[in-house]
Amino acid sequence: MGTSTTTHASLSEQFNADEARVNWHDETLWWVRQKRDKAAWTLPEWEELRETASRIKHNTLSNLHQYLLSFEEKALANGCTVHWAANAAEHNEIVLNILRDQKIDQLVKSKSMLTEECHLNEYLAANGIDVTDTDLGERIVQLAKEAPSHIVLPCIHKKKEEIGELFHEHLGTPAGNADPLFLTRAARAHLREKFLTRRVAITGVNFAVAETGEFVVCTNEGNADMGAHLADVHIACMGIEKLIPERKHLGVFLRLLARSATGQPITTYSSHFVKPRPGQQLHIILVDNGRSTQLGREDFRNSLKCIRCGACMNTCPVYRRSGGHSYHTAIAGPIGSILAPNLDMKKYADLPFASTLCGSCSNVCPVKIDIHNQLYQWRQEITRAGYAPAGKAAAMKAMAMGLSKPGWYRLGGKIARRMMRAIPFLFNNRLNAWYKQREMPAPPKETFADWYRKNKNQSNQ
Amino acid sequence: MTVALFIPCYIDQFYPNVGIATLQLLEKLGCEIVFPPNQTCCGQPMANAGFEHLATNCNQLFLKNFSAYEYIVCPSGSCTLHIKDHLHVEGDNEKANQVRNRVYELTEFLTDVLQVEKLNARFPHRVGLHQSCHGQRGLHLSQMTELVAPPYSKPVQLLKMVQGLELADLNRKDECCGFGGTFCVTEEAVSVKMGKDRVADHLQQQVEFITGADMSCLMHLEGILRRGGQRVQVKHIAEILNASN
Repeated sequence: MGTSTTTHASLSEQFNADEARVNWHDETLWWVRQKRDKAAWTLPEWEELRETASRIKHNTLSNLHQYLLSFEEKALANGCTVHWAANAAEHNEIVLNILRDQKIDQLVKSKSMLTEECHLNEYLAANGIDVTDTDLGERIVQLAKEAPSHIVLPCIHKKKEEIGELFHEHLGTPAGNADPLFLTRAARAHLREKFLTRRVAITGVNFAVAETGEFVVCTNEGNADMGAHLADVHIACMGIEKLIPERKHLGVFLRLLARSATGQPITTYSSHFVKPRPGQQLHIILVDNGRSTQLGREDFRNSLKCIRCGACMNTCPVYRRSGGHSYHTAIAGPIGSILAPNLDMKKYADLPFASTLCGSCSNVCPVKIDIHNQLYQWRQEITRAGYAPAGKAAAMKAMAMGLSKPGWYRLGGKIARRMMRAIPFLFNNRLNAWYKQREMPAPPKETFADWYRKNKNQSNQ
Repeated sequence: MTVALFIPCYIDQFYPNVGIATLQLLEKLGCEIVFPPNQTCCGQPMANAGFEHLATNCNQLFLKNFSAYEYIVCPSGSCTLHIKDHLHVEGDNEKANQVRNRVYELTEFLTDVLQVEKLNARFPHRVGLHQSCHGQRGLHLSQMTELVAPPYSKPVQLLKMVQGLELADLNRKDECCGFGGTFCVTEEAVSVKMGKDRVADHLQQQVEFITGADMSCLMHLEGILRRGGQRVQVKHIAEILNASN
């Protein structure tokens, strides 16, 4: 960690090269966090709602098998087609097969972090399928050939001027026009043509109800509805943890989701999909992709309660100052850092360390995932699995040994402080990451223990 | 009341005055202080870096030093939290459990155990309070801005007893300073940026001192203040509560 160019530390260092931009990113997301606070305070029962949601998800995860079977049974009875995918590859293949059956090579897709996780767009592109993301933020990053940097606000890292340039290049808007309303209207006209001509629509799923076999998709733009209602084939992709037991539980989750995400009382559209309309096909793909493994990891099981609101990102002081792309995974921020190591511990070994363990994430989480504790636990797992950098491991071993022997500790401390006073450049140089932008503390001649021995002359020594 | 003083290693080595202030303050309030001389470190630096398994000897040593005492007081929320959450000693877990329940961070010991209502302290300055995350969100020394819950703050309660002290309101009351243990060097860029932003908030409120219940956060902020040539100083809350007339 630290030296490679693909770790959080190095990517966030690059992000910090432009301090004004970091300030803008931080303030934008802090504003969203404040909106969330205001919305939460409008409900005196907020903390009780969080606790209730957490318990409902606890029940769901503890009985996931039954709920999945119930959901499948009801969905089939409703006339939907249900597919099961063990991993990302199977999921992508299922989508492609549906498209090939229909002899279709273009489609619209509303926001789905699962399809990001499975890298569906790249897979379909390699197979000659043209995908148009219809969420405005996702369309923007798609045009920029980037990944979303935030699960709710995919292009939050982009300034309106940059979006104006992108639209000028791709949608033919006038150069230099960065007026948000104008650009939104241009996107609307551009996307309207796609909605009208595409016969397949992919959507994500926010909540799937085991009791009824229906599912709910939440958007602010209505793009999921526009896609699904105009298409002959609707494919809904969902992780198996998206289930809730009963329809009445939506009352808990829908109240929490938008307030936590953006500070809105509810998303503009919370659309229920139950069955295909006459002549339409409705496919539901239930994807595991590591979720069963995570369910089996006791310390990390609760991470599957996540409803993808993004509140932990908005509140995270590290995320706000490092940008979503520095996490080099589909789901950035604190929640991403506890989900990603489950998929590939080696590749994402740096992420649980990209945190100060301040705990703000756990406090805003609407389903009360103990995110910061899980970050701590992942650190232990990663180190035990041998993925800590060798230098760090050696330093820690030496440190642990020195600190476990009082004599060594006293002597070591004395020598180090004396050297800091006598040869400060030994510490005050660019090899010392502390010193790069901070002064070292002034080393005193005497420790507290020295002072105590001299001044207190106690009997208990 | 006999109190065993647990002085974190970096305070012992770099900020002896904080240890002295803690000791004097507790003595003033009628406590008899014992300082187990063979104490070193709580083991947090290793554990937070993912090397909890290397802290076994540290944990045993901690137990040996402190298991005899009914009250263990530490002028650091972070080290206290680490002991409370992670002190486990195989074969001696009952004792470890007891120590975990007997360790207190200084300000919570003052407000909850000693139930201090008056302090003979004077510090005529404008002061900003840095809420350290482990003390605040871990030990619940203060209410957290994320929660819909009534406000309270043990450090503020105490600072209000100090004559002449003027407490500044911050724009972001409980944002992390970015120290984070080894995070401060492994994620140097973000760590420093977080620290600079915290410092800027305090400077905007025109404070003369930044205080807090964790010297590690203050050490980080001090490093940034000094590099920036600022005259604002950091002072551990024990030093302010112990500041005499």
